[in-house]
Amino acid sequence: MLFLVNLLLGLLFGVGLVVSSMSNPAKVLNFLDVFGNWDPSLAFVMAGAVLVAFTGYRLVLKRDRPVLAGTFHLPTRTDIDRRLVAGAAIFGIGWGLGGFCPGPALTALGLATPGVLVFLPAMFAGIWAARSLPDARLREA
Amino acid sequence: MTEFTPLASFIGGTLIGLSAVLLMALDGRIAGISGIAARLLPPYGDRSALSAFGFVAGLVLAPFAVMAATGQPVAQTVSSNLPLMAAAGFAVGFGAALGGGCTSGHAVCGLSRLSKRSFAATAIFMAAAFATVFIVRHAIGG
Repeated sequence: MLFLVNLLLGLLFGVGLVVSSMSNPAKVLNFLDVFGNWDPSLAFVMAGAVLVAFTGYRLVLKRDRPVLAGTFHLPTRTDIDRRLVAGAAIFGIGWGLGGFCPGPALTALGLATPGVLVFLPAMFAGIWAARSLPDARLREA
Repeated sequence: MTEFTPLASFIGGTLIGLSAVLLMALDGRIAGISGIAARLLPPYGDRSALSAFGFVAGLVLAPFAVMAATGQPVAQTVSSNLPLMAAAGFAVGFGAALGGGCTSGHAVCGLSRLSKRSFAATAIFMAAAFATVFIVRHAIGG
């Protein structure tokens, strides 16, 4: 049941990425290129997503527990540590180089361009490497 | 050049937000794709890997669903500079795992929960990404 629910929600999320053009690296790179042919479209993706999630989370998190699971898995840390700062900076550099973040890269798998077929294994290697660091304290995000 | 598409981008964004809200309501989880991707890797301690595989399968199917519904091909321009894409992929995976999230986990879900860590992470990765594109396209790319 949870597999099916996740499949459908992944599909919805992915359709959102495709409809919004967030799945197109050219679009992402032009959003990040303020001094070139700037395309501000992706700010509207953020606005739409945060508007719905901000409102929806407020309703959902009033419940004691999720409908199909025992507890809400929410991050509890509030400190801004060196790992967060360094990780975000490295992530941003990679995003700016390729125009892919993890969601769009996964939606691109089936279209099988050479770039994404190289990007995805490298991304999983990167996740693996970060998890292998000593004292790795990874959280779901 | 890409065309400015505020309406389609906003609508797509609301679908992403809706998916995130439903994932929280039903499975109690943050829709952070880097975290979900990390759950595909061993060790498989609990059943969360199965739901992660489901979510990722949905993401992979999405462009085909859109193509089937609209009859149009999905526009996607990916760099064919493979060493660059390898470096980009490694940095994205490493940075997201180290920093506890990516665009979805921090910039959508985290901001929506008013998480201080997510505001910091989003500001940092946006600044790093803008700076990277500036350097690649204008400082050295010309």
